Parts: sequence; C-alpha cells; structure tokens
Amino acid sequence: MRLALRFTLAAGLTALALPALAQTAMDTTRKPVKSVDFSFEGPFGTYDRAALQRGFQVYKEVCAACHSLDHIAFHNLDEAGGPGFTEAQAKAIAAGYKLPADPNDKGEIFDDKGARLTRPGILADKFPAPFPNEEAARANNSGSLPPDLSMIVKARPDEAHYVYSIITGFHMTPPKGFTVTAGKYYNPYFEGWNISMPPPLADNAVTYSDGTKATIDQEAHDVVTFLAWASDPKMEERKRMGFGVLIFLVVLSGLLYAAYRKVWADAH
Amino acid sequence: MTATTMDGTRRDFLYVASGAMAAVGAVAAAWPFVDQMNPSAAALALSSVEVDLSPVAAGQQIVVKWRGHPLFVRHRTPAEIKSAKSVLVSELPDQFARNANKPDSAPASDDDRVMKPEWLILIGVCTHLGCTPTGFEGDYGGWLCHCHGSQYDTSGRIRKGPAPQNLAVPPYAFLSDTRIKVG
Amino acid sequence: MSGPSTYNPKSGFEKWIDQRLPLPRLMHDTIQTFPTPRNLNIWYTFGGILTFCLGVQIVTGIVLAMHYVANAGLAFDSVESIMRDVNYGWLIRYIHSNGASMFFLAVYIHMFRGLYYGSYKAPRELIWIIGVLIYLLMMATAFFGYVLPWGQMSFWGATVITNLFSAIPWVGSHIATWLWGDFAVGDATLNRFFSLHYLLPFIIAGVVGLHIWALHVPGNNNPLGIDVKSPQDTVPFHPYYTVKDAFYLCLFVILFAGFVFYAPNFFGNPDNYVQANPLVTPPDIVPEWYLLPFYAMLRSIPNKLMGVIVMGGAIVTLFFLPWLDTSRVRSCRFRPLMKQFFWVFAVVCVILGYCGSQSVDAAVAGVPLLWVARLATAYYFIFFWILLPIVGLIETPRKIPASIAQSVLGDTAAAPAE
Repeated sequence: MRLALRFTLAAGLTALALPALAQTAMDTTRKPVKSVDFSFEGPFGTYDRAALQRGFQVYKEVCAACHSLDHIAFHNLDEAGGPGFTEAQAKAIAAGYKLPADPNDKGEIFDDKGARLTRPGILADKFPAPFPNEEAARANNSGSLPPDLSMIVKARPDEAHYVYSIITGFHMTPPKGFTVTAGKYYNPYFEGWNISMPPPLADNAVTYSDGTKATIDQEAHDVVTFLAWASDPKMEERKRMGFGVLIFLVVLSGLLYAAYRKVWADAH
Repeated sequence: MTATTMDGTRRDFLYVASGAMAAVGAVAAAWPFVDQMNPSAAALALSSVEVDLSPVAAGQQIVVKWRGHPLFVRHRTPAEIKSAKSVLVSELPDQFARNANKPDSAPASDDDRVMKPEWLILIGVCTHLGCTPTGFEGDYGGWLCHCHGSQYDTSGRIRKGPAPQNLAVPPYAFLSDTRIKVG
Repeated sequence: MSGPSTYNPKSGFEKWIDQRLPLPRLMHDTIQTFPTPRNLNIWYTFGGILTFCLGVQIVTGIVLAMHYVANAGLAFDSVESIMRDVNYGWLIRYIHSNGASMFFLAVYIHMFRGLYYGSYKAPRELIWIIGVLIYLLMMATAFFGYVLPWGQMSFWGATVITNLFSAIPWVGSHIATWLWGDFAVGDATLNRFFSLHYLLPFIIAGVVGLHIWALHVPGNNNPLGIDVKSPQDTVPFHPYYTVKDAFYLCLFVILFAGFVFYAPNFFGNPDNYVQANPLVTPPDIVPEWYLLPFYAMLRSIPNKLMGVIVMGGAIVTLFFLPWLDTSRVRSCRFRPLMKQFFWVFAVVCVILGYCGSQSVDAAVAGVPLLWVARLATAYYFIFFWILLPIVGLIETPRKIPASIAQSVLGDTAAAPAE
C-alpha cells in the first residue's frame, strides 16, 4: 500500500545522499529587515497626515539634493489620502521650484550666460529632478546613480521596512574579516553590505515646524511614511473601497447560498 | 417539483433579492469603467491657467493655451472700448452675452462681456466651424476668421459672416490687478 | 448530452428572431435546459469561473489600452499615470494584474479536476486537447502582457524567454532576431507584443467556444466518472447549476477582491516597479508564479537546447494524455493506486513551482534545489509516460455505482422527488 509514496520517498532520499556544496566566502546576504510599526500597514491602515508633512520636509531638505521624485506632481500634495496640504499651500510649494521655461518670443531657452531659462512651478508640474540626466547624476555621486524615490517603497522587497532599515542601518561596525570597499559605506541591510549612499540622516538634520523632536528614527519614520504615500497615493481609497466591496460580497454570497440550498432542496 | 406556498414565496424572495443585489453590484462595478474615460487628474490639473497681464500693453493681444484651446487676452485701448460700447445690442446678429461668468440670458452689451473694461478675455475659437480668428483684422477692429470670413468686433461679438454666435467668454477671475485665473 | 432542441418560443418576437437566427434557441438549449449530471461538485464550477475571468480580463484590458502607451520610452510612465491620474485607474490595473493570477489559479484547478475525474478520456479527448490549446494561448497572452509595463522583470523576462529560441540549431538566432525586430528586446518588440496581447484573448474566446461546443456533444463528465444513463441522472442547467455556479463564483470573487484591495502586489515582483534598463540585469530573473514550474524544468537541464526541449515536452505531453491513460475507469475515486500517484503529482507541481521561484544555486536544509527540480521533472514525465499507461493495466478499481441517480438519490432513485 501507499506504493506511490514509498517510491517517491526512496527517490527523494537518494537525492539527499548527494554531497553538500562546499562552503563559500563570507555570506554578505542582506540582514532581515527591522521590525517597526507604521500606521499605514494592515487592512485598516491610514497615512498619518502629520508624519506625511514632516516626511515631505525631510525629503525636500535632505533627499531631494540627490534623489528625484519623478511621478509626484504638486497637485498630488493637496489630494485626499495624501499629506493634506491646502491647494494654496501646494501652489506655494510649487512656486518655490524652478521649472524649465517654454521658448520665449525669440525662441530662446537659454539666457545670455547659457543657463536654462526657468519659470516658477504650477500645480500641474511634476517635481523637477536634481540632475538633468543619468550621466550628471552619476558624475555628482562618485559614479553611482541615486534611484528615483517616487516608487522606491513598492520597488523593494519588504517595502517600507526595507527602506527604513537601509536609512537607519548605517554607523554599524562591520564584522571581523569584512572590508568595506573604498568610497562606499557599510550597511548590512543592503545586499553585499557595501552601499554607495552616505548616511543620509542625522539628529536634527531638519527642524520640524510642529516641534516634534527630529531624531534619526523619527526622521526615518516620517520620510518612509511620505515615500510609502508617494509609491501608493491611492492606498486609503483602495482599502476603504475594499471594505465595502467585501461586505457586499459576503452578504451576496449568503443570499446566493440560501438560494442554492433552496433550489437543490428538492433534488435529493 | 411541488413546494408549499410558503416555500414558493420564500424561494421567489431569495431569487429576487439575490438577483437585485447582484444587479446593484454590477452597476456599482460598472461605474469605474465609465468614469475612467472622464478627464484624468493630470488633465484636470491643467483645467485652469493663470495669466500674468503685466506684459500685455494697451492695444496688444496675447494668445494663451487653455484646455486645448487658444485664449485671447486683449488689452483694449479707450477707442476700442468706446466703439464696443456704442453698438446697440438690438443690431447684433447674436444678442446674448455668451459669458460663462454671467447667466445665459444676459444680453451682449459690452458691460456683460467684460469684468474690467480694458481687459477682454475670449476663447479664440470661431463659433462657425472652429478655426482660430486673427486679431486686429476685419472691418470692426476685432477679429477676422480667414476660414469663411466671419468678422468680430472689439467686444468679440459676431458682426458679419456665417458664425452664429459671439466669441465665448470663459469663466475667469482677477486674482490681482495684473493676474487672472481662467477656468 | 446534445439532442433535439426543446426550445419553444413563447412570444411573437422570440419566434421572429428564432426563424432568422437561432440564438435564443442556442441560449435555451445550452444554458437553460441542458441536462447536466446531478452530482457535480465544487470542482466543476471552475469552467464558469474561467469564463468570468476571461470576460474580466478582456474588459479591463480594453479599458487599460485606452490609456497605455506602447513605446519603450513612455510605457512605464503611462502605467504609472494609469495608477495615479486616471479615474479608478489603479483599480482597473490591479483587477487586470491580479485577474491574470486568478485566471491561472482557476485554470490549474480546472485542469487538475479533469485529470482526477478522467474527463480527458473517451469520448472527451478533443475537449481536453482544445483545453490544452487554450492553456498554451493563455501562457502566451500572459507572457506578452507581462512585458507591457516595461519594468525590469518585463524586459529581462522577455530577454530570457525569447533567447530560448536561439537554442534551435542553425535557424535559432535568426528566429530570435525576427521575434525581436531588432538585435535585442526593445521598442519594436514591445509594440508587437502589445498587438499580440490584444489579439490573443479574442482567439482564446473563440477556442473557448469550441471547447464548450465539444463539451455539449457528450455532455459533462461527473465525479463518479460513469455515463449518464437516464434522465434521472441529470437536472436542467438552470436553475440548478446557474445558482450553484453563481454562488461559487461569488466566493471566488471574494478571494479575488481580497487580493485586489488588500494585497495587490502579492503575486508581483518588486523589481517590476523599476523601469527596464538593458544595461543592468536584476540578480534574480523570475517569471510570474504560474509559469514557475516550467521555468524550474528549463533551468534543471544544464544544456540550453535540451532544457527548451524538456520544457516544451512537458506541455506537449499534455496533448497525448487521453491515449497515455490505459484505465477503463475514469474517476480516481475508484482508482486507489492512481489516486496516490495523482496527489504526489500535484505536490510535485507545487515543488517545481517553488524551485522555479528560487535562485539556481539555492539550497534548502543543505539540499540543492537544482537536484530537487531534476527529480521533480523526472517524476512529471514518469507520471505521464510510465505510470499512467502501466497503472491503468495493473490496478484493481473499486466497485463503481450502477448509476448517478442511484449514487445520489439512494435506492429510491426509481421515484424521484416530485
């Protein structure tokens, strides 16, 4: 009996008798991500508005020097489910940025000194990138390309926890036997443990307007919340709609089940 | 397939209730598929435009793009304002203001076509077949549409030619003396 | 069982239509009165569920195509624009991407049901073969569709799979160039993949029509695997199976909605949220989960051409199934030996899927997954080419009931409830 199982088990055990692979050099697989709570996780999660605004400040004052936010437009800042700026505030934020101007009446796009003509941003504009192209970004960052941040949370395994772990994973001592590559920094949460980005955060790197103490942990928490929103601005609407849809479907299944039992009652 | 009367009504109620609920669900589910064809957030972000009036000298016009259409922003001279006001509405081919900032019944007097007399803001689409009229041409000092010869005066009202209506005035507001927001 | 139509048009309008185009008659005969075995269980609801899935994919796909731009420089951004700017774009996109996974979940359950109950055996061989054809078309459609967002996995998955064709001797590299329209996967490839991705679902719809038509000749198989012998064995499709299918479809949609609204990226790969970069290869190139078993087979063979042949052979094997099984008993309910091998096969498929999801040099508890995949691949072929023919000949089946009605209704089958 159980012939099939016996046969397969015998074959499987034969495979286990094969010699194990030889030990390789130090395993620099990234460490498991840190355990941290975010308000937006779970089926009823929402974005903490204050954290979003503080996170936006951290992005603007710290990250935006090197990292673009290509897919976010200024008008996203006053949309529902987001940082909750008013339209006037979003307009003011937009106006603080310089966007490339359209050709003037003479058809010029550069001024006399060769600089690109600019105009203030409007709500319809997307956040301008710190560098005009990949080559300029690499030239300014020792050959490395700082990735765009508008999708970073969705684009990494373990999402927000990964980003949080990376930006708080600096200033650790490398284990014995591991040499940090020249020009890079030790960060065990990054695959290979050598990351090109210098530690981005420091205590009081920003001064929060709402008075919150700006520790590295707080800054990381806030900027990751902001970046999570940037990756998934529709999250709150999605979960809200999901709740209604599931309730509806459960009730509908109940009705359909009752109808099914009724129809089949006389078939037995 | 016999059933007691009680069972019969209960089964019908279940059928009706399930069917109705499924139908409601289907309609609710259909709405996103209909709404996705409406203008997206990106299109809506460009649904209004702010125009700086300070570079436009008296007697000049600029053309601005708004919702895919040309917008005429004309700084009228006192002479142009006077000639616009001197026309009797009853003599006009189209006697309505066609002004989104006024009720539909407003007459086509010059006062009902502008907010500040020196600034004339119009949608630059000929009401005949949609061409863009050329400014400072035609017999009435306003616009001439080269496609089929419609002529508009210094208040953008149709005076001669096949166009049936005055040039439309878009919804706009003055944010300051030198800045308007259209749309 | 198809027989003469019992349709009787009631209103003058129905009669007028019926005389000119017998569509109402067709609807009546196939959905309303069609005699269906009365003992079909939950596993038989997946055909209807699959039709629903096809409809959902076509509708969401057509709507997405209103906003998507099939150009290598614009595709990724156009998808993000759908997610962020288009009204309910995020919802339609997530329904489409998760819908593909639900579609394959349903098709695997549907195929395994056919395997278990012997639905591929005479006289239903062609239904099975048409079904395998649908499965192939689904895999092609899904492959083309996954390339469209132009993320890292889109690009590199396309590169790996199209490069397989270069394994073919002599003409292989020319075929690959012809598929690409360029010297590598690029804009030309993307455009033609978009065209084909739009086309194939309608071909699938047509083949599904043939599939259902072929089914309606002998009528449905059933969990007992025995033929319908009298009208007592069947019930009219409506209302019995319309309401049963509606109920189980609703449960399926609950699962579907769970993913769409609460875990929309569960089946996906984060690397596909990074724009395609021909100069940077991701550390692990992985296809979507439903293609993983075949991917594992491909990678388990060290020789490129042989890997392609083995992977292709696994799918081609399915076409021969009706003739590989020698048993005269259809349903595994009455085949105690085959039942065990069937479940081992199911577990082996899951193991293959797991192997395909891990990197080539991965190991679990010291056991290299490469060897696990090789063993699993071996079992796959042994199951079809050796076990199915032999077990059918040596097995002693259990006693089969006299009829469906007797099995379902008991000995009072002679007088059905009225």
